[in-house]
Amino acid sequence: MSAALTAPQDVRHPTGSDRGAPTGKRHYGTHIFLITMAIVWLTPLVWTVLTALRPKSAVDKHGYFSLKGAYNFDNFTKAWRQAGLQKYFINSLIITVPTVILTIFFASMMAFAVSRFTWRFNITLLVMFTAGNLLPPQILAAPLFEMFKHTPLPYSVSDSGDLLNTYYSVILVDTAFQIGFCTFVLSNYMKALPEDLTEAAMVDGAGVWRQYVSIILPLCRPAIAALATLETIFIYNDFFWPLLFIQNGDRLPITTGIKNLQGQFFQDYNLIAAGATITVIPTLVVYIALQRHFVAGLTLGASKG
Amino acid sequence: MSDLPLVGLPADVRPERTTTAAAGKSRKVRRLNGRDKLVLGFMVGIPTLIQAVFIWIPMLLSVALSFTKWNGLALSDIKSNGLQNYKFVVQDYPPFWPAVQHNIIWLAFLALVATPIGLLLAVLLDQKIKGSRIYQSIFFTPVMLSLVLVGIIWQLMYEKDNGLINNLLRTANTPNATDWYGNSSINLWAALVAATWRHAGYIMVLYLAGLKGVDPSLKEAAAIDGATASQTFFRVVFPAMRPINIVVVVITIIEALRAFDIVYIINRGTNGLELISALIVQNLVGEGQVIGVGSALSVMLLVISLVPITIYLVRTFKKVD
Repeated sequence: MSAALTAPQDVRHPTGSDRGAPTGKRHYGTHIFLITMAIVWLTPLVWTVLTALRPKSAVDKHGYFSLKGAYNFDNFTKAWRQAGLQKYFINSLIITVPTVILTIFFASMMAFAVSRFTWRFNITLLVMFTAGNLLPPQILAAPLFEMFKHTPLPYSVSDSGDLLNTYYSVILVDTAFQIGFCTFVLSNYMKALPEDLTEAAMVDGAGVWRQYVSIILPLCRPAIAALATLETIFIYNDFFWPLLFIQNGDRLPITTGIKNLQGQFFQDYNLIAAGATITVIPTLVVYIALQRHFVAGLTLGASKG
Repeated sequence: MSDLPLVGLPADVRPERTTTAAAGKSRKVRRLNGRDKLVLGFMVGIPTLIQAVFIWIPMLLSVALSFTKWNGLALSDIKSNGLQNYKFVVQDYPPFWPAVQHNIIWLAFLALVATPIGLLLAVLLDQKIKGSRIYQSIFFTPVMLSLVLVGIIWQLMYEKDNGLINNLLRTANTPNATDWYGNSSINLWAALVAATWRHAGYIMVLYLAGLKGVDPSLKEAAAIDGATASQTFFRVVFPAMRPINIVVVVITIIEALRAFDIVYIINRGTNGLELISALIVQNLVGEGQVIGVGSALSVMLLVISLVPITIYLVRTFKKVD
């Protein structure tokens, strides 16, 4: 936020009034408004958890709009075991972990090259990388789907004989989509690191790779931590690419797989609520454990250092 | 993937600038030896190749396919179709104009309702009030959820007989019960309320960061000059946040164009919830695969999307040397 704080020109200078800064104000109105909003905001979450905790029998007897009856974790066990959330969750891990690692790895290399060296097309490339990340993904759906369908793979690698229905397809496209954003953020960050650091290393005979691994990367740790946290949640929450590429229900990650729960257990709202709650838990854990990184990541970017 | 986080760097992740003169002036590649050039080529080449293969080339293919007729089977079946796909979409494809209208409503709602709510929350929480952090956490929670989950959670609220809303309205299990997601004249608004629940928290975080960056002496000066709180905000603070305002505008437009997950989880984007993005997907999957029509829709969405993307990129990169 290197924004120049341009003083607004039309601030009027009133003649006599001499009001001091509002110190010690109680903000009653603000609190009433905020509490109302907070209740509205929390209601869907509370309702979901409450529905998830009530067994179907209690609901059949007392109705959904009631607090009566038993509370237990039966819906959670059922969603986890029978409805296949366990399987979906493992698929989410298989997709998310490599994607985040690959994204950060490639983006940091690219960012290093465009921010620490001057050459002809570095700004053009950076602009094109950033633009790619902003596109609505549906634009690329048809060509990517057909490309993957027409990419033959040995059956030992993919039982569909092509790239469709594989974890690779989702990992590759997710990585490609996220590299743009991460490159942009990291290049801004690296640009702000003093030039002397790598200059001195070069005098000492360190090559480009050494400078990247031993000097620049360690200094970027805060930015990488923020990006990794953010990307983990992005990839985990991604719905579209698995929906497009993976037809086999056994390979869907949780965010896309929960759609099947809705179809399969139609009308069993307790189970759907439990599935939704389970799906939220990992993001909540990441958020609570790495809250600072996450919020920092969300507000990271457009600054020019 | 539905988020576009692109605002100013907060202080705690900003690297410390020790020297000012040297930073920014990068070295010329020419000074490097052969091995270093090779390494550098690899560091640039691989990410660029990934971008080219999975984003830039598919984008061009999308344009090319929009002028063809193809069922998606053998590559030899691709036949040139001129501008027929575009003509069909605009003239004879019934869901197209409703989808355009819904995308516009989506944008208007986010811009006029969801974004202002986020800004209002940020302004209120930026004051030194008790429990500010707790409020922030509450409003921020939906931002972590995928839009799919937002759709499902709100389904539990909206359900005709078992949902919370109709039960609170006491219309559940009566003929007056509103089917919020099923009724094609209101389900767009129901989906927008759900989307707002998430969007407002996101905008709040962006503006909280923006407000922290506003020089407090500006506000003090305005107060000394006798400006009221709202005068101070609209004439001093809000204009001072111009960089963030532009980012928020761009985010809001792009989010409206990207809207997909919520409507797809509700009913695959049919019956009152048609959006251009959903029509693209409907033309690609399922039986009557009409790749050409789907691609024509993609190109239209691409052209519209390039407007906010270009504005954003020009603004972001014009100061870079």
